[in-house]
Amino acid sequence: MSDHKTMTLTLIVWRQKNASDPGKFETYTAKNITEHHSFLEMLDCVNEDLIHAGKEPIVFDHDCREGICGMCSQVINGAPHGGQDRTTVCQLHMRKFKDGDTIYIEPWRARAFPIIKDLIVDRAALDTIIQAGGYTSCHTGGVPDGNAILIPKPIAEEATDAAECIGCGACVAGCPNGAAMLFTGAKVSQLALLPQGRAEAVARVKNMTNAMIECGFGNCSNHYECMAACPKGVNVKFIARMNREFIKAQFA
Amino acid sequence: MILDGKCPTGPIEKSWDKHRFDLKLVNPANKRKYNIIMVGTGLAGGAAAASLGELGYNVKAFCYQDSPRRAHSIAAQGGINAAKNYPSDGDSILRLMYDTIKGGDFRAREADVWRLSQVSNNIIDQCVAQGVPFARDYAGYLDNRSFGGAQVSRTFYSRGLTGQQLLLGAYSALSRQIKAGSVKMYTRREMLDLVVVDGVARGITVRNLVTGEIESHAADAVCLASGGYVNVFYLSTNAKGCSVTANWSAAKKGAFFANPCYTQIHPTCIPQAGEYQSKLTLMSESLRNDGRIWVPKKKEDCGKHPGEVAEADRDYYLERKYPSFGNLAPRDISSRSAKEACDDGRGVGPGGRGVYLDFEESIKRLSEDTIRERYGNLFEMYEKITDENGYKRPMRIYPAPHYAMGGLWVDYNLMSNIPGLFVLGEANFSVHGANRLGASALMQGLSDGYFVIPYTIGGYLVTVKPGSVKNDHPEFKKSVEDVKTRTNKFLNINGKKTVTEFHRELGKVMWNNVGMARSKESLTEALKVIPQIREDFWKNVKVGGSGTDLNQQLENAGRVADFLEFGELLTRDALHREESCGGHFRTEHQLPDGEAKRNDADFSYVGAWEFKGNDKEPELHKEPLKFETIHLAVRSYK
Repeated sequence: MSDHKTMTLTLIVWRQKNASDPGKFETYTAKNITEHHSFLEMLDCVNEDLIHAGKEPIVFDHDCREGICGMCSQVINGAPHGGQDRTTVCQLHMRKFKDGDTIYIEPWRARAFPIIKDLIVDRAALDTIIQAGGYTSCHTGGVPDGNAILIPKPIAEEATDAAECIGCGACVAGCPNGAAMLFTGAKVSQLALLPQGRAEAVARVKNMTNAMIECGFGNCSNHYECMAACPKGVNVKFIARMNREFIKAQFA
Repeated sequence: MILDGKCPTGPIEKSWDKHRFDLKLVNPANKRKYNIIMVGTGLAGGAAAASLGELGYNVKAFCYQDSPRRAHSIAAQGGINAAKNYPSDGDSILRLMYDTIKGGDFRAREADVWRLSQVSNNIIDQCVAQGVPFARDYAGYLDNRSFGGAQVSRTFYSRGLTGQQLLLGAYSALSRQIKAGSVKMYTRREMLDLVVVDGVARGITVRNLVTGEIESHAADAVCLASGGYVNVFYLSTNAKGCSVTANWSAAKKGAFFANPCYTQIHPTCIPQAGEYQSKLTLMSESLRNDGRIWVPKKKEDCGKHPGEVAEADRDYYLERKYPSFGNLAPRDISSRSAKEACDDGRGVGPGGRGVYLDFEESIKRLSEDTIRERYGNLFEMYEKITDENGYKRPMRIYPAPHYAMGGLWVDYNLMSNIPGLFVLGEANFSVHGANRLGASALMQGLSDGYFVIPYTIGGYLVTVKPGSVKNDHPEFKKSVEDVKTRTNKFLNINGKKTVTEFHRELGKVMWNNVGMARSKESLTEALKVIPQIREDFWKNVKVGGSGTDLNQQLENAGRVADFLEFGELLTRDALHREESCGGHFRTEHQLPDGEAKRNDADFSYVGAWEFKGNDKEPELHKEPLKFETIHLAVRSYK
């Protein structure tokens, strides 16, 4: 299957002590990396070396390490999550790199995502958008039988396409305007497509859009960078659907 | 001490309804006077915080991630069980209960499992109302698939993303309550201590993971929904941040830890590739609906390309050994069979630690498109990690630690032996016995969160005066001091080994000695080695940085320090339980055909341990298990 060749890589990593520190790039060497290392395991190895050397390791957000929690968030060589199709940083493997490569690693950069430390940013703004209306106002208990609401397969599938969003914020990091339109559009569309969500559709799209603007996110100018960056392949058609919902809401 | 689970008596069919009626209610106007702390915001904690907030309680919810949407429930792939019987294939509440009790190898409480089975149907309705996009057929009806340990199709799913969709449903309900002000959310906080005043749980001490500040939070009840502990094995399918720390802090304050040796080793994970590896990835059990598991019959075929091994030379060992359940045999059995085949020298892939999961026959029968539609994201995930195409070549899989059936002991009301401390979801021990069936973890988390705790917590709260202890109480100050002392201790050791090196060392001992097959010898050995590693840790660990800053080394140091204590308890429990049952397999106790040999006469009880310090033996308390509805029998899937 695999040979045991190892790689040596040069990493140029953004280091920033805290939100008020201006931050700068530092250079590190990653040694003895195999093609089977994940990108984060490669960083783990660099960090182990740094700890042994009595230096501060690079901090980065990560948790599930299987591409679903949305915690990991690094811009690698200018592309959020490293630019592989439908891949989060934690799913990126070192076989995509070659011996001697230089790799630039930066945090998400957007006005609405202040840097906390090194590669960790504050994404609370995404929660604020959901809190503005990303739900159906059903109570616990007192709901009808699951099969009382019929949802034909194509509709259920399209809603699931939108619901695949993991809330990582790569769309924002990829967007030249720092917009969260793909994130917001995905949730608005999921609930707009389903009969359960229609009752509050008007208020939802207005409130979520307002929250998005108040949080300091930009607007969409059709670059489609968000879709290219999205590790779940969420489609920009959901932005179009949100825009339609928004316009309809003005007349409701 | 003989523990009493306080289960309702009388006919099982009426037990939960009767209990709900008997529980005292908190007047709506009084609910807002009560504060409740929720630690963890996965399926159990998220659902509970949302439901309790909606009822009118003041809830403070805590998670270590940057958002409640990221709890590891999100990674559950396959599905959630419910006894809806939509396919009319013979399912019922009683059958779901029977399968769960049997699946757990008769080591769970009947009343709890009945309740779980009963409310399973409400869960599906609740999630649909929230807009969870379950799989549907063309007419719009909910679709089902099959999971291990059942002969009916009762698993509801959303692609291979069921946990994500259910968690986002709970997160949306939680978000609504946060907006409404009934829940206050504290993200990037880790619970490090439970505060007990005069024997009653009154609050928690947490570390703000960004600023390093140690905070005190008081409440009238504390709920732990902090998940499982299988990261004690270092490599597992859990998220990196999953730990036993919240539970262990409660155990150190007197909460009993029940059945810690019941750990689930999931049969279908991607095999380990190297020493540097940081975690293992699960491939959903749902794949076993259409994938067939095999190894070569002959050792000399193991190095060949799987396509070159003739059909007659393949050993479809699950189909051979368990013809009625075949590839859908329960997890403990499937995992052990994989280990046996590999121990026999017939494993495949690097190191011979792997078996094939083959879709060739299903692709021929159903087409590649159908398989892609059912499991596309799982094949994609497999290819990203292994660089192999599962449609063209059988996947290689191997068992990996996945889930903890054990947890803090709770009574029927989900309250631990410490009044005011409730435990939900994977963090408690209640319903899975010695082995959990697939698609039952999501069911339990949401059952506890949406439909159990909102009722049972009221029965406790009516007995306490709201707000009687504030966070300026001396016990809170002492707890903060204790946490700070420990933090400084980590930072001042300045040894030679990193936290991860210690965690790997512990994990190896746990996996080799307390893993899929355990013996008196291996366990005794572990009990000797674990304290040595622990001692070395406290002398030789290197934790840099400061306590008043974001410091991931420090976070991990605390978690590993707790695993080093807890791992010993887990091992002790495994040594004391002189029988094989479910996920706990003692090589001394097996039937002639290699199946688990239970000892009902001596071990039909919940083993709840009272921790008394590292230098003292923990004390075992027993809760006898009674089987009145489902009769004790040898578990057979043949």
